[in-house]
Amino acid sequence: MIDLTKNYDVIVVGGGHNGLICATYLAKSGRKVLVIEANQSLGGASATSEFSDQFSVSSCAQWLFQLNPVVASDMGLKKQGLELAARDLNTIALAEDGNHLIIDGDKLEGAGISDEDRIAFVAFNKQILRFAKLLSGAFNRRAPKLVESNLTDRITLAKLGLGMKMLGKDDMSDLMRLALINIYDVMEENFDNELLKAAISLDSLLGSHMGPRSPNTVYGYFYRRMGDIFGFSGPAVVKGGMGAVGEAMAKAARASGVDIEVGTAVSKINIAIDRVTGVTLADGRVVDAGLVVSNADPKTTFNKLVGLTNIETGVARRVKSMRMKGDAAKLHIALDSLPSFTGLSEQQMGQRLLIAPSMNYIEKAFNHSKYGEYSTAPAMDISIPTIHDSSLAPAGKHVMSVIVQFAPYELNGGWDDENKEEFKRLVIDRIADYAPDLKDKIIASELLTPSDIEARFHIQGGHWHHGEISLDQILTMRPFPGASQYGTSVDGLFLCGAGTHPGGGVMGLAGHNAAKEIIKRGKSA
Amino acid sequence: MIPHDETMMLKTPFYSRCLAACEINMWDDWKGYTTPQAYTSVEQEYFAVRSNTGVFDISPMIKYRFTGPDAGAYLNRLLTRDIRKVGIGRVAYTVWCDDKGQVMDDGTIFHLAENDYRLCAYARCLDWLMWSAEGFDVTIADETAEVAALAVQGPTSCAIFKNMGFEGIENLKPFGLTRFPFEGSEVMISRTGFTGDLGYEIWIDPSLAETFWDRLFEAGKHRDIRPIGSYALDMLRTEAGFIQAGVDFIPSEEAVRTGRSRSPFELGLGWLVSFDKPVFNGRKALLKEKKEGSRYAFVYLDVEGNKPAEHAFIYDGNKEVGTVTTAAWCPTAKTNVAFAQVDAKYGKPGQELVTEIYYERELKWTRVMAKCTVIEGAVFNPPRKRQTPAADF
Repeated sequence: MIDLTKNYDVIVVGGGHNGLICATYLAKSGRKVLVIEANQSLGGASATSEFSDQFSVSSCAQWLFQLNPVVASDMGLKKQGLELAARDLNTIALAEDGNHLIIDGDKLEGAGISDEDRIAFVAFNKQILRFAKLLSGAFNRRAPKLVESNLTDRITLAKLGLGMKMLGKDDMSDLMRLALINIYDVMEENFDNELLKAAISLDSLLGSHMGPRSPNTVYGYFYRRMGDIFGFSGPAVVKGGMGAVGEAMAKAARASGVDIEVGTAVSKINIAIDRVTGVTLADGRVVDAGLVVSNADPKTTFNKLVGLTNIETGVARRVKSMRMKGDAAKLHIALDSLPSFTGLSEQQMGQRLLIAPSMNYIEKAFNHSKYGEYSTAPAMDISIPTIHDSSLAPAGKHVMSVIVQFAPYELNGGWDDENKEEFKRLVIDRIADYAPDLKDKIIASELLTPSDIEARFHIQGGHWHHGEISLDQILTMRPFPGASQYGTSVDGLFLCGAGTHPGGGVMGLAGHNAAKEIIKRGKSA
Repeated sequence: MIPHDETMMLKTPFYSRCLAACEINMWDDWKGYTTPQAYTSVEQEYFAVRSNTGVFDISPMIKYRFTGPDAGAYLNRLLTRDIRKVGIGRVAYTVWCDDKGQVMDDGTIFHLAENDYRLCAYARCLDWLMWSAEGFDVTIADETAEVAALAVQGPTSCAIFKNMGFEGIENLKPFGLTRFPFEGSEVMISRTGFTGDLGYEIWIDPSLAETFWDRLFEAGKHRDIRPIGSYALDMLRTEAGFIQAGVDFIPSEEAVRTGRSRSPFELGLGWLVSFDKPVFNGRKALLKEKKEGSRYAFVYLDVEGNKPAEHAFIYDGNKEVGTVTTAAWCPTAKTNVAFAQVDAKYGKPGQELVTEIYYERELKWTRVMAKCTVIEGAVFNPPRKRQTPAADF
């Protein structure tokens, strides 16, 4: 609810999880905060929606595996009713013949895995987690600028540098070497088992426009494994779907005094020459505030809300050059009953299931998207949340949620009903190779292409990280130089979404760090 | 398109006439075009402009055209001056900056018609112009090769144009532009230039370039019209107090080393920066600089003696405080002028400094510590430059 008599100090544009987190910290610091969300539901890409009568699903992010524990505890999410239906799930890399690979923390089972691979996997995990731990030191604070001699930034840099030294000579040189290469080469160095190599590769590139042989994929894997540093040992299923995370955060925000207006789009961030004055809503209302924090992605923020003509050319160029074209689709299926996957028990079907038989399979799937085509044999990350949480479907019935990699944002000729239907059929056929009775059990289905994700979640390019997570777009270069410490070239305008450091995923640190930065700058912000 | 694949050096539309007149065969490379450094003698050419009329081929000047409903708003964001104040038929000198408030280039903006502008620049910058166009409804074209241009400068220039039949040209005000019919087409004439004297620049379709040259020289033959090269122009512009991109400052996109570019304030061009308009490139950085102070000041020096203080260091006592960017003995003003960049706290008019000049005569080098005084501006600034109607000489 907007209370115009309140004279808000801060308006947060977008009630995604990072926006809600940022708003809560700011409200706790004594500021009067208003969050304005275009959709009816809060949480952004952490959403649950009904896609068929009585069937609901996590409509964008489907697993919780990176939520920062400090943020979760500061927000009091448990107290606000957030419940996990299952956690620390295994990942099962599916094999058509039913001889699947089960990844349970450090343990590997099935798929004829060799003792050498088991031993190598333990060592590999240890090393990756050492690297992730080191990086995590830079995640919960603003990205350090390299050239300005600011004390805070110097401490962050010194910590990173010292941390690297402390890794020891071998690890340090390995980190320097690995960070820049691709996951394909790293997998070839470490393992023999195709399913294992493919499973790790898929983890390193989910949501991105990269194949296993693309540079930056190793960093993508470090990034994914940040969840382990935050106390997860595999993905979790949220009771009520990912939307429950958004709801709990909204409750926490309201409890801290944040006003939240839903179903109202912001059409413009108002600027007087180079200082924000507030926002104009789609219905024409104007709300004034000295600070505006945009939870929208950087492109939406500057292209649509600020307007490229109202900022300087150098910034406009950087906005334009940001890489954020999504390449992952979401498939939602309503099922009359649980299908049978060859070689999986019901308990196992509740785990995270991957379709990625080999690294080359993923690379070939990626090839299509490079040329503006969807993959004819895509890689997939499958969740059947109803095995843990019956609230999402009528009794005895189920929903399946699938991340489909690769479906380019800019499909040749554009996405339409016909090619979407064709792609959906092809994806379902591919899953049916592993679950032969799947098609008999389908009641309804829904495919969200990156274009649909763009429209539904207001993310330009439909990229769930609000910008590719790659070495040229992380730390001080996220979202781009000059806007890397949440502040922008427009005085009083801040960013707090996944497009900022440390990035996307339902992690919450971008919102947390942005709030800390705004509080730190105090009146000068 | 410019056919760089066919020829090493490009030729301007006046090339045949320049070639015929260039008796001493000295040629420059001006942004890929071959243009004369001098035709006969630098001094003679210099005095042609101060006493009669000199003609300088400015066709190689980089020219961009902006059309469309947002052309004005676009330029107002691009340039530091408030373009809303430049009316149709007017020309303005301006600079443009990057986001750091560093000068990318200087040039002139011509308001040709409603939503129709031309920018004349030293350096090519189409990529920057295109990036700047994001979000604006504006069409940008490089018309460097599509427009032939001559500077016709000197006290008798107006009379020569009247001789050519351009009636009423004398009423054109400084920084104004007008058009006359010419050979079934038209010629645009602006009262602009780089010599500090009464003078004009003409803009014409390249197909009419040679005809125009011939008619101009025919009309001016009794007033001793002559073509001039870049060396004479350099003396003229120094005397007139005009800075030159690439000489007196390094365009920021060409500067490789950190800190070598300059802001408008550091070039003495603060008067070109308008903070009373919507956001423009460099605004934030320039506001900050205005508040916190500049690194450098740009000064005009009257140097003792007659040895040009080329590349000289400047001292305050024993302390080195700056360097000279341009220096010349100015024959009409009879002044030894230098332009210099000095540390910001120096350079108040009237301040006395010292330049360390080295010069060579027949292999003997001599060092002179010449006193110099900071002066207000151009040493040559005659009333006839501004007088309207322009006088007949």
